[in-house]
Amino acid sequence: MLRFLPALTLLAMLGPVVAGLWGTALPALGHLPAAGLTGPSLDPFWDLFNWAGLGTAVRLSVMVGLVATSVSLTIVVFITAGWSGTRSFHILERMLSPLLSVPHAAAAFGLAFLIAPSGWISRLLSPAFTGWDRPPDLLIVQDPLGLAMIAGLVIKEVPFLLLMTIAAMGQAQPRRSLLVAQSLGYGRLTGWLKTVFPRVYTQIRLPVYVVIAYSMSIVDVAVILGPSTPPTLSVQIVKWMSDPDLSMRLTGAAAALLQLALVIGALGFWWCGERIVARLGHQWIISGRRGQFDPSIRIFALGLGSISGAAILFGLAGLAVWSFAAFWSFPNILPDGFTLRTWARHGPDAFATLGETFLVAGIAVLLALALVLGCLEAEHRSGRGLTLRGLWLLYLPLLVPQTAFLPGLQTLLLNLGADVGRLPVIFAHLVFVLPYVFLSLGDPWRSWDSRYATVASALGARPWIVFWQVRVPMLLRPILTATAVGIAVSVGQYLATLLIGGGRVSTLTTEAVALASGGDRRAIGVYGLMQTLAALVPFTLALIIPTVLWRNRRGLHE
Amino acid sequence: MNKGLILRKVCILRAGIPLIEVDYAIAAGEILTVMGPSGVGKSTLLAYLTGTLATTFTGMGQVLLDGLDITKYPPHARRIGILFQDDLLFPHMSVGTNLAFGMPPGGSKASRLAQIEEALSDVGMAGFADRDPGTLSGGQKARVALVRMLLSNPRALLLDEAFSRLDAELRAQVRDLVFQTAKKRALPVLMVTHDIEDAQDAGGTIIKLKSLSKG
Repeated sequence: MLRFLPALTLLAMLGPVVAGLWGTALPALGHLPAAGLTGPSLDPFWDLFNWAGLGTAVRLSVMVGLVATSVSLTIVVFITAGWSGTRSFHILERMLSPLLSVPHAAAAFGLAFLIAPSGWISRLLSPAFTGWDRPPDLLIVQDPLGLAMIAGLVIKEVPFLLLMTIAAMGQAQPRRSLLVAQSLGYGRLTGWLKTVFPRVYTQIRLPVYVVIAYSMSIVDVAVILGPSTPPTLSVQIVKWMSDPDLSMRLTGAAAALLQLALVIGALGFWWCGERIVARLGHQWIISGRRGQFDPSIRIFALGLGSISGAAILFGLAGLAVWSFAAFWSFPNILPDGFTLRTWARHGPDAFATLGETFLVAGIAVLLALALVLGCLEAEHRSGRGLTLRGLWLLYLPLLVPQTAFLPGLQTLLLNLGADVGRLPVIFAHLVFVLPYVFLSLGDPWRSWDSRYATVASALGARPWIVFWQVRVPMLLRPILTATAVGIAVSVGQYLATLLIGGGRVSTLTTEAVALASGGDRRAIGVYGLMQTLAALVPFTLALIIPTVLWRNRRGLHE
Repeated sequence: MNKGLILRKVCILRAGIPLIEVDYAIAAGEILTVMGPSGVGKSTLLAYLTGTLATTFTGMGQVLLDGLDITKYPPHARRIGILFQDDLLFPHMSVGTNLAFGMPPGGSKASRLAQIEEALSDVGMAGFADRDPGTLSGGQKARVALVRMLLSNPRALLLDEAFSRLDAELRAQVRDLVFQTAKKRALPVLMVTHDIEDAQDAGGTIIKLKSLSKG
């Protein structure tokens, strides 16, 4: 049984991706029996190319993806280079780790509440500095260049890339390299960049690629912060896919294939960029320069990182204040009063949706845990570790743009006459939950001292006894953390729930994003806050449970 | 019946190249010491005997324990106890639960607990059953690890640098305790060490391994 688990895991992870791409390719070539159309034909692509907004939509997707990734990566690299090993770095790490679990949509709403013309920042500066006594008519959120959207992505990707970098540094022994570089007269930042960064980057390269693909194709953040006429390509794809006119799906499918091509192109572009940076970096190393601008760059990077973290924190605070706000006139910093009215009106629905959200997340994460633990145990018993090819397969569902295969999966289910609803949604979530659970649990699982297993079996314990009574309890903390990661991933899923659920499954995320166009800030506050809590509470439990359970076991707290 | 642990033409290979070879019969109550520089594959030999050899190695030859060919047995069925340089007490279990984990099943709860209490007092640790292993001293942990292994009723004993983490005074104490117990129970012992004092104290045959493959 255990032997087949790796294959089953691959099937659960890649099956929907492959089937979805197939389901996208068929209608893109004019084949959609459900609408009475049979291909092949290139008409969908002609329709797509005739859409007036295509150029702008494509430019937006590519720009947003590449700029958001470059900015996030630069901030993370300079913070790590300038500060790793210091107290400030530790504090920043502590501050940013919980932010990782904040759903993208909630962070985006929070940011919108900060930077909008009537947002907190404008209120703080008004009327003293700006002279505004009512919100200015400026398009700050949903600006045509996508700057607000880029900012929304950056504040979420900085914690992600920073934690990935910290994890990668464990293997690179940065302290010793840095010590050597410093003793040769290099500044901390330059020394780190020249000696540690090249090794760390190879480790975080796949996560960086994930950020590119994700930023280019994300829908929820684009709906909240991105421009609307025209929107990004991904948002337009979703519009076409949910059009009551089934033939619009053909155009949508063609656009989905274009989205896939764009992501592949952007990854290729980035790959070339890596080579250029590597060459320039090599020359920089040879030049022997010791880094005279280090101090100012260090301060600047830490400033940007702190702003990024603070933006999420104050954004969430904004959600909370709005959800309790009574009348709130501009430019007052706080509402005239606080009331429970919004919670009384939206709370019951929100809590019912929370139930559905946790049901979907719970089943998806349990399935993921069973598969991942089975795979890791099979790996342990056979003594064969994860190969580089296996790692790529693990990242594949995160690299293929969601907007390229989820619409196809929906069309395929439609053609098969299969019912949309909760079960397909759970399996669609599993596609994204599995890789994250695997990545989160893999390293702690493998670094467990396997001599414990040797001792236990020398004492006569069978393999499953060793697994359940020794290994799982000892690794309870990482297992619970992986569970929390999986729940956060599932809670944050927007497109998978929207498309595969066919409108019949609503989670906190789909409900929150649906509120975006209405502009009811109090309702958005309620749903955004609930969404954040749904992702954060499991993390808190993952910290508390082992501490309580093992309170008398000192060996597990080191 | 042949009491004892017999290593018949045991040879461990890595990538087809022989690493170590041992051909020796350890009689009941005898201590065989295997010495050699680090990296020579001493621990690999023990992994072959416990049935936990990594897939990068190939083991050849037979292992017989009390006349039984256990070469193909799974690790949990071999009845070979092992002590490492680290105590490896399960940190999530109390001292008593650690011991109960290793004891063969059967008997009432009361009798099992009594057995545990008796075994603990034999090594001067009466009343320690409910303690968290994380709060014990190095010497106490080493003794609990020994007791845990003995309570599982092994028929042979492997020592993998078992005393190297203990300081000099404690080291001699624990070593004597292990050796005396092994003699009393007539267990064949295979000790891997790089410490000449361990070897002299054991008083048995010493095999000095040298690297068969250079590099």
